[in-house]
Amino acid sequence: METEVQLAVEGWDNNKLGMLLFIISEGTFFAFLIIAYVYYHSTSHTGVMAAKVLDPLRTGIYTVFLLSSSFTMWRAERNLRRGNSPAFRIWLLITILLGAVFLAGQGGEYLHLYGEDVTVSRNIFGTSFFTLTGFHGLHVLLGLISLGVLFALALKGEFQKNHSSAVEAVALYWHFVDWVWVVIFSVIYLWTVF
Amino acid sequence: MYLLASLLFFGAGGIEALLMRIQLARPVNSFLSPQAFDQIFTMHGTTMIFLVAMPVLTGLANYLVPLMIGASDVAFPRLNAFSLWLLVLGGLLLYFSFIAGGAPDAGWFNYAPLNEKAYSTSLGIDYYSLGLLIAGLGSIIAAINLIVTIINYRAPGLTVRRLPLFVWMVLVTQILIILALPALNSSLAMLLIDRRLNAHFFLPVSGGSAVLWQHYFWAFGHPEVYIVVLPAFGMISEVIPVFSRKPIYGYEYVAASTVAIGVLSFLVWAHHMFAVGLGHSVDTIFAISSMLIAVPTGIKIFNWIATMWHGSIRFTTAMLFAAAFLVVFTIGGLSGISLASFPVDWQVTDTYYLVAHLHYVLFGGSLFGVFAGIYYWFPKMSGRLLSEKLGKWHFWTMLIGFNMTFFVMHLLGLMGMTRRVYTYPDYPGWGALNMFSTIGAVIMGISSLIFIWNMVVSARGGEPAGDNPWDAWSLEWATSSPPPPHNFDRIPPIRSRRPLWDLSHPENPDWRNGN
Repeated sequence: METEVQLAVEGWDNNKLGMLLFIISEGTFFAFLIIAYVYYHSTSHTGVMAAKVLDPLRTGIYTVFLLSSSFTMWRAERNLRRGNSPAFRIWLLITILLGAVFLAGQGGEYLHLYGEDVTVSRNIFGTSFFTLTGFHGLHVLLGLISLGVLFALALKGEFQKNHSSAVEAVALYWHFVDWVWVVIFSVIYLWTVF
Repeated sequence: MYLLASLLFFGAGGIEALLMRIQLARPVNSFLSPQAFDQIFTMHGTTMIFLVAMPVLTGLANYLVPLMIGASDVAFPRLNAFSLWLLVLGGLLLYFSFIAGGAPDAGWFNYAPLNEKAYSTSLGIDYYSLGLLIAGLGSIIAAINLIVTIINYRAPGLTVRRLPLFVWMVLVTQILIILALPALNSSLAMLLIDRRLNAHFFLPVSGGSAVLWQHYFWAFGHPEVYIVVLPAFGMISEVIPVFSRKPIYGYEYVAASTVAIGVLSFLVWAHHMFAVGLGHSVDTIFAISSMLIAVPTGIKIFNWIATMWHGSIRFTTAMLFAAAFLVVFTIGGLSGISLASFPVDWQVTDTYYLVAHLHYVLFGGSLFGVFAGIYYWFPKMSGRLLSEKLGKWHFWTMLIGFNMTFFVMHLLGLMGMTRRVYTYPDYPGWGALNMFSTIGAVIMGISSLIFIWNMVVSARGGEPAGDNPWDAWSLEWATSSPPPPHNFDRIPPIRSRRPLWDLSHPENPDWRNGN
């Protein structure tokens, strides 16, 4: 989150500042869900169940997809600033695809877990696991929709100026979603290994 | 619009309060059934906090902040409308529960596991969760809007050190909102998942934790107390200097103590949970941090008194409410310190002593501040002055009714009368004190009607206000009353904290004296 704070201090643009405040608020929201997961991990020993049913390697691969989408988003912004709008559009599209792959991966994982009768109502592990990852998935989906809107606007010839605070605000949000996942992945998946 | 919505809900919440007082007027009364009583006290608390106090303050801030900083509107006007409608939708959902088989009935803080499906089978709590979730999102969006406005839309020369104190306090409040509301939203989301998807977050029988709900709720709930009281502090900080004809005493200290309150408010939540049994060391830490809050609050009280000291005070209705605020809020603050000491809290928690305390700070603090603010700014909004004669009737009946209703609750609490119980046995003195309290509530009800009547009559036929009826000094009084849609035609130069004083006193402007 620190890098984002620095960005806003440079800019003070309305959209970016508003997005930054929204991200702070959402970050707090996730902090509470993460604390709940950690709390049940220690009081109700949900880690045992997590180690049994989760596959850190598989999800790890999807994590790489999501994290690299942060990189491609950054590339897209760079190209927009240079005035290279075809490259901007391509990097944006790649970002969307990477995000979609991640989301599909999460969907697959959910289906697999349901197949093994691990559900939100089965026990407290299911409850805290699906809530936390589900809310993250929802945020990824929102990010994808926003990116999709940007892409559609880009195809219609918007963003000819080499600066768009809308793009920068959505990019901030996208990086935020990625970094939250790093924390969630560590807490849920890496904890089962280490 | 915000003000109208909150006035409407104020009516609903007030009627609920009166229903309760009628039930409690006599021992072993049967006016309300226990079930109805549970629903009504829950709805009264929820309504007053979320649908009255928060929107009235957001509404005033929305209207006044742009005017006070010399902006034409908030940063995101469309988002502003969106957050208003979210609030209205949330409120309507909450009230729809009455029709849909039963209102929520587990108290405004809705403790687990009482809030779970097994223990509260009607749909009330689902509506509570959904309604507050939606209204909460609206609050967060409104907060973002106001913060961006205050940071980016200040008129040239209006530095942070010259910002009116109301704007300062609104800024701190909005920061509290974006950090505290997520705690409520996340726990509401978890509760909904529990209730609708049969999950286990707050169910101790299947590995969940009921205490976690309490932690999360109060992690939101205590900052929330300051969210509804800080803007009122801000209004008091505007009203008192203007009617004392003196600049605020210790501007920096008032502003800095606001920030201190904001920070401390996140560190005291467990003082609501002394009776849970968190252990001696935890209780001690939270007792100390809670008492610490008295320090910045005390600084403010002293600064306001020092502002009045040797001032030439004009006792308009606005000033009367501000002065009464100082007294009743201090009483509420003092009973607050006694509650922060956990041995005392163990004795009186969930008695009427607590009810007295919270009404002295929220009603006597927040609402008296809002009344002062409305008498002060109504002329700016409508172009007409509120009737001072009706205003004085409103003030005195309110002050007397308020103290009659809530002061005796201290005594009842110390005698051991528990709150949230629909009736009580006929112990010596209890019936008389409760009757006294109920009469006070009826007086407050009449007083509120006088207030509404005053607004209706004055908006139509009140004395025209002119641009600056109080001879005040902040920017909102530089434009016409009511202001044009773009707020300002011309903004006076801002070289100090009191731009309009500088304008009318070119021989002795503030900026020459280093303010």
